[in-house]
Amino acid sequence: MSSRHNAALALLTAILFVAVAARYPQFASAAGLRDTFDDTSILILLALGQMLVMLTRAIDLSVAASVALTGMCVALINQAMPGVAMPWLVLSAALLGAVLGAVNGLLVWQLQIPPIVVTLGTLAIYRGATYLVSGGRWVNSGDMSPVFLSLVRERWGGLTLLSWLAIAGVLLTACLLRYSAAGRSLYAAGNNPEAARYVGVDVGRAQCLAFVFNGVLAGLCGYLWVARYAVAYTGIASGFELTVIAACVIGGVSIAGGSGTVLGVLLGCLFLGVIKNALPLLAVSPFWQMAVSGAVIVTAAVLNAAGVRAPQRQRILEN
Amino acid sequence: MSNDEPSVNAPLLQLSGISKSFGGTRALESVELALYAGSITALVGENGAGKSTLVKILTGIHQPDRGRITFCGKSVRIRSPAHAQQLGISVIHQEAVVFDELSVAENIFVTARPRHWGLIDWARMRRDAGRLMERLDCPLDPGLLLRDLSVAQRYLVQIARALSHDARLVIMDEPTAALSHHEAQLLLRIAAGLRDEGRALLFISHRFEDLFAIADRYVVFRDGRNVAEGLMPGTSVDTLIQSMVGRAIARLYPKRSVALGEEILRVQDLSRAEEFAHVSFGVRRGEILGVYGLVGAGRSELMQSVFGLTRAESGSIELDRAQIRPRHPADAIAQHIAYVPEDRQHQGAIPSLSISSNIALASLAQFTRHGWVDGERLTRTVGEWAQRMQVKYANLEQPLSELSGGNQQKVVLAKWLLTAPRVLILDEPTKGIDVGSKAAVHALMGEWVEQGMAIILVSSELPEVLGLSDRVLVMRRGRMAGVLDRTEADAATVLRLASAA
Repeated sequence: MSSRHNAALALLTAILFVAVAARYPQFASAAGLRDTFDDTSILILLALGQMLVMLTRAIDLSVAASVALTGMCVALINQAMPGVAMPWLVLSAALLGAVLGAVNGLLVWQLQIPPIVVTLGTLAIYRGATYLVSGGRWVNSGDMSPVFLSLVRERWGGLTLLSWLAIAGVLLTACLLRYSAAGRSLYAAGNNPEAARYVGVDVGRAQCLAFVFNGVLAGLCGYLWVARYAVAYTGIASGFELTVIAACVIGGVSIAGGSGTVLGVLLGCLFLGVIKNALPLLAVSPFWQMAVSGAVIVTAAVLNAAGVRAPQRQRILEN
Repeated sequence: MSNDEPSVNAPLLQLSGISKSFGGTRALESVELALYAGSITALVGENGAGKSTLVKILTGIHQPDRGRITFCGKSVRIRSPAHAQQLGISVIHQEAVVFDELSVAENIFVTARPRHWGLIDWARMRRDAGRLMERLDCPLDPGLLLRDLSVAQRYLVQIARALSHDARLVIMDEPTAALSHHEAQLLLRIAAGLRDEGRALLFISHRFEDLFAIADRYVVFRDGRNVAEGLMPGTSVDTLIQSMVGRAIARLYPKRSVALGEEILRVQDLSRAEEFAHVSFGVRRGEILGVYGLVGAGRSELMQSVFGLTRAESGSIELDRAQIRPRHPADAIAQHIAYVPEDRQHQGAIPSLSISSNIALASLAQFTRHGWVDGERLTRTVGEWAQRMQVKYANLEQPLSELSGGNQQKVVLAKWLLTAPRVLILDEPTKGIDVGSKAAVHALMGEWVEQGMAIILVSSELPEVLGLSDRVLVMRRGRMAGVLDRTEADAATVLRLASAA
């Protein structure tokens, strides 16, 4: 089922792509492709983290607020202490993200509060904290050190560092989910929590683990976002959590947990990325972009629902 | 090394003096049990005899209050399901504990995935899984997802899991209950194979035919104690039933003599694919019709069709000699048929809602004027009913979940009584409630039939069915096994009808 889903999604993306490229050949040029991928890279990284969380039957609504808070923090550090070397700055972004993720994870694990409630709360808290640390001020590109801004644009083999990070994230997550016991336990925990307990998987712990991993990616993306758009303010990435969740859902990650593939998520992100970058070329308004991605979500949901069999009733009679 | 191995005649597992209570109720009382390598022991007993508590103790889900467990000659404390597995004790649960979205191979090795350099070795996992499934005569593709498998295949995957960690004791809980005859035969062959490899098996089942086909020994549980045991050859179904039932069941239940009126409900030749076939019965005013059967006999499924939750494919349902076709529970409710389902937490009640909301739920239309609920009248009526049913509560707005099981059940009954049912279907109405509430429910049933209601009582508790019913309909695997009059319905006859081949 998931491979059919992925094939359909890839086909849809390709049709869209070809349709646009037919009118705007520059969209299909190497440079155009690279730009589109670069523009989708942050979405890919965040969707990978969100996917892990969703696999365990949880959800993270606070992810965009985590991006904003870490992004603001590293921007402020860079402004105040331009001498701090980039590796330390990136590392601290990842660490701060891990802490924010751990707060979500521990609340879900130890207090057994539903993830949607926990992250709805932390969404507001993290966003509020972003305002507190900055005092509502903007950090503009002029306040940032040149290397802070240029690092994400550094190119190797034609691709930006940002693009390479997205590729590395995809490979790493795929390996983790396929070849590590911890990764497999995420599927088990989300697919059947009761049975997972019977075979010795601690469901809460698996959820917490997913939140921390997701937090690390969100923290990393905090720096990437601020550097790429060369500005930090309280409203960074506002509402972006819904785009991230949409990419996962379009990519076939089940909201009920236990199923989803890295390939699907990647395709989901690319689909949204193509829509976002192609439709403006056709002078289609951003509202139509939202309508298109919404229609795709609903269509995918309807197709999935049709594919799911009625709940199994026990067979009693013999023939 | 050889000192660790128990001698041939020593039991692999020995329980001595195991007791376990939950709250005030004794689930197990000084249980003695010995299981031997290379031998299949049948465990039989009525519902509530303590079999499932025993299984939960053997798998480390519950800890015994008293007593000693000896495994392989050593005294052990089984701490958790994972620990039980390490020791070599595997349970195959009645409802498959599997992962629908994972492959056959991964479901088998979910506790111990083979690794290579720390990474999961999928190729080896598939190979080993394929080999295990072949050993079970079920050469499934190890890459298939569990959701695409049949009930029987899912059960086999669990057996393969037990084999994968080389379990020395395999406990099978009602393994054949959900299987077709052919599948059950296959499973019995596999069980015999496991025994021949030198494993100990504990086989829990209500199907005597299966037990006689493969078990070497039997143990009978009754009221939390082991009351009889012996070798399977040389014993008979009658002996087993006698031990299970023990005494002749005293008529503990106050049966009111009510003059029976005309027939209200008639079900004729009702069938639904895979669930039940050719069931006919009638129930009269003032009558309690008991419906008995083993777990999975199709009793609830039959009642769900009468109530319109599912649709029967052939046959007819008549109310006052006029045919009705309930397509939806609302149709049945409008015809004054009520159904109190077995699963109170999920189907019978909404535990997070208040007592008054729960009572009013099925008859809100009574309290509604121009689309708005008349709160005052609702509160008054609901309060009256809660009192009439002797519900113990602090106030009507407290959530139902705060009440005891017995009081919750009274609230559920009040809800249905408020719809003024003429036919009341009760599915396991006293399951999991305390003795006092149980007696109250039984007394209320007596009152209702006196007032001319017809009651269908579905119950797995033999004394309850025998004590309260005017007639008993016995079901077996989706079909009618017989209808017995009160005078001819005794425990042995009913049990034999319910379980005989």
